[in-house]
Amino acid sequence: MGKAYETVIGLEVHVELATKTKIFCGCSTQFGGEPNTHTCPVCTGMPGSLPVLNKAVVEKAISVGLATNCDITRNCKFDRKNYFYPDNPQNYQISQLYYPICRNGKVEIEVDGKKKYVRIHEIHMEEDAGKLVHDPYTDSSLVDFNRSGVPLIEIVSEPDMRSAEEVIAYLEKLRLIIQYLGASDCKLNEGSMRADVNLSVREVGSEEFGTRTETKNLNSFKAIARAIENERERQIDIIESGGKVIQETRRWDDSKEYSYAMRSKEDAQDYRYFPDPDLVPINISDEWLEEIRNRQPEFRDEKRARYKEEYQLPEYDIDIITNTKKMADIFEEMISLGVQPKKASNWLMVETMRLMKEHQMDADEISFSAKNLATLIRMTDEKKINGSVAKEVFEKIFTDDIEPEAYVNEHGLATVNDEGALKQACDEAIANNPKAVDDYKNGKEKALGALVGQVMKAMKGKADPASVNKMLRELL
Amino acid sequence: MDIMSLTAVEIGRKIKAREISVVDATKACIDSIEKYDKEYNCFVSVDKEAALANAELVQKRIDAGELTGPLAGVPIAIKDNMCMEGVLTSCSSKILSNFVPTYSSDAVLKLIEAGAVIVGKTNMDEFAMGSTTETSYYGPTKNPWDINKVPGGSSGGSAAAVAAEEVPCALGSDTGGSIRQPASFCGVTGIKPTYGRVSRYGLIAYGSSLDQIGPIAKDVTDCATLLEIISQYDPKDSTSVNRGDNDFTSALVDDVKGIKIGLPRDYFTEGLDPQIKEAVYKAAEVLKSKGAIVEEFDLGMVEYAIPAYYIIASAEASSNLERFDGVKYGYRTEEYTDLHNMYKKSRSEGFGTEVKRRIMLGSFVLSSGYYDAYYVKALKTKALIKQAYDKAFEKYDIIMGPVAPTTALKLGESLSDPIKMYLGDVYTVPVNLAGLPGISVPCGYDSDGMPIGLQMVGNAFDEKTIIRAAYAYEQTRTYSRPAGVSERGL
Repeated sequence: MGKAYETVIGLEVHVELATKTKIFCGCSTQFGGEPNTHTCPVCTGMPGSLPVLNKAVVEKAISVGLATNCDITRNCKFDRKNYFYPDNPQNYQISQLYYPICRNGKVEIEVDGKKKYVRIHEIHMEEDAGKLVHDPYTDSSLVDFNRSGVPLIEIVSEPDMRSAEEVIAYLEKLRLIIQYLGASDCKLNEGSMRADVNLSVREVGSEEFGTRTETKNLNSFKAIARAIENERERQIDIIESGGKVIQETRRWDDSKEYSYAMRSKEDAQDYRYFPDPDLVPINISDEWLEEIRNRQPEFRDEKRARYKEEYQLPEYDIDIITNTKKMADIFEEMISLGVQPKKASNWLMVETMRLMKEHQMDADEISFSAKNLATLIRMTDEKKINGSVAKEVFEKIFTDDIEPEAYVNEHGLATVNDEGALKQACDEAIANNPKAVDDYKNGKEKALGALVGQVMKAMKGKADPASVNKMLRELL
Repeated sequence: MDIMSLTAVEIGRKIKAREISVVDATKACIDSIEKYDKEYNCFVSVDKEAALANAELVQKRIDAGELTGPLAGVPIAIKDNMCMEGVLTSCSSKILSNFVPTYSSDAVLKLIEAGAVIVGKTNMDEFAMGSTTETSYYGPTKNPWDINKVPGGSSGGSAAAVAAEEVPCALGSDTGGSIRQPASFCGVTGIKPTYGRVSRYGLIAYGSSLDQIGPIAKDVTDCATLLEIISQYDPKDSTSVNRGDNDFTSALVDDVKGIKIGLPRDYFTEGLDPQIKEAVYKAAEVLKSKGAIVEEFDLGMVEYAIPAYYIIASAEASSNLERFDGVKYGYRTEEYTDLHNMYKKSRSEGFGTEVKRRIMLGSFVLSSGYYDAYYVKALKTKALIKQAYDKAFEKYDIIMGPVAPTTALKLGESLSDPIKMYLGDVYTVPVNLAGLPGISVPCGYDSDGMPIGLQMVGNAFDEKTIIRAAYAYEQTRTYSRPAGVSERGL
């Protein structure tokens, strides 16, 4: 009978902050671009160049700290982390060790209906490195410094998680908070959010922590879950077979579902951290902090409560709409344009979700404006178009954000309210479909549907189905 | 007319008065360099064609009324640790012996804007680490007063070039005395401004928290004029301070009545050459006779400055110099087996002995387990030194003393004994640790005829008081040229 083990997990999460310019120079942070085009002497570490802190980075870091209940370090500093690597042009990274900007936070997570807190040890600011590109043809490596100096925050949790589910819940919570803040888009697959997993196992009931490993290169929630499972099993196997877990950094290969050791603690470098003399301490005044606090948005939990109370939406709808800031923003704009909440919610939950799935898109990629969808809903309410036309027009709104009134007019999609034309089409349908007429008269309600279909066809879909239904009944 | 015997401001005035042209001044300067620099080795590089072409442009702008400042058209030299677009900037090191920056340091830009004509880059101790200009990859600079002696350092090239009248004025940089000490050894004047006064952007860093760019020239007027130009606020340097009180030439007043001068007793102790002691006391008497109040007092903390300085400066240097790795620019070793071998060989071959010594010292004091015992303790010492000065400045306007415990040493004498060389910085490094302004002015000669320097230290951002006192003192003396320079019959 094997012993029972508990997994102990802490995370180091790197998030790229969505500032326009880099942390210490005026270069663009835009993704892509020809290699070394978003660079200057500062972010390529040229001799004599000096860093100047981008205040927007501090504000975004503070906003994340406030949203995760951290203490803000009022007098914080940058330190140099010294190590040689070609993607690091100065051979030191400007980071924070001694006085990180945020400390002692916590976020609440929920797994299987059980709530708990994950404590945050600290959040610090630092600069990203460049990218090495190996050219197998010339067997040489090239460096692209476009990413060098892009601002990052590193959110370091306490070892408070006990399962992959809790880790995912924590990451989703962080992602949502940061997206709501507009501080980052937090895409794991594009590297704007990166999580390193520190994991150890211990016998259930044990007070002491086991030896931990750090696993890197986790590019999706699924990879994180798989890597956690794998590392837990690997450590238990070692312990069960009488071995000892080595403190080391491991790299996860998701295609092989396997991790391998990158470096052990013995190889660990001495980073010789010391305060960066080129940067002055950052004093965060009461006024500045208050200004940032006042700009904090309404977060998901607050929105949930409000949607329930103000709009009486079902929990299910609220869950989906508040799951991304983008969706919630569209929803709220539609409400402000006078759309009835449940109708707004239905359009988002049904048609929008369907099209997102069809186009394999995330909510962040939605490009249509709430205004056009609101207009479309109003046109439907006013019976200017019927339901099927509305869906057709929405597809156009979804892909090209067209203006629905103009589009409907241009394509002649408006519902025809011409009683004469409608009567004529109904008469023709009755005359041409004697069997359906008989069936209907013999009590087969369904047969009416076939007749409505014929009329709609004759009207090129532009009739109001309810009116067609009503007229057919009267004529029959 | 012997243009090179004039001061920078005098040359500027003659250009403005159309007595001489910018090209005349530039040519005189370049001729002097061509004639005498073989002997003194003040320059790492001189671009004659660029200087002359620039001189013509500057003349046109002066004629058009676009350039009206006091140094418009005046030739100047720049220490080779300040970046200049398109010009070799080597820090007198093999590792940067092919480095041509695509940008200019802020101080250089300000000079160009003021119409100064940059004629060349001056020799220095490698990466400004040294007090003799002997650690240069390009060979030592020689003292124009005695070519068997060092010019001091690390701005030895700039100081010697001014003394030799190869150039009327120059920029140096001072981390632990590197402007004041060579100025004193070469019988010229130099100012190390308050930390934060002059932008460090484009200055290749040695000890970032101590480095300041400053002027070296024949007299206080030239230095004040130069400092006024280069000391504007620069948002590219986070440690640059925006004050708007850099009208230093307004302090060129021959009046020291009521100025309180403190002489630290702890400066005039055993290690100090008695001839220097005498010269400094004499200077104090002169100032007293002009109405200054001179008193002796105990400054304190003097013996802690050298160890604190070498820990802090080396720690910062060890990190600042990491970027010289042979990857993107600079010297790369010929053959290597892998990345780390390339780093190791390029740096071993590219750096000289003194630089390696300080990189190792700096890496050691920052390493885990030693950080608190050395680096943190040195920072605390630095704070205490600043406090000692703050206390002194409650009582005095100026703290006056020698620049160095000796006059210029013989070539080769210090290299064998680095500790002895480090101790020579005893009067200059505390000023950098406290971030204060200091001026070095000639105040006499020793029995060998070598110049002696007088140092005046002011309170933070109070350069004006030391400029005023130095100017007043200067009025009681005449500027002397080294015998070799006088004999040239320029």
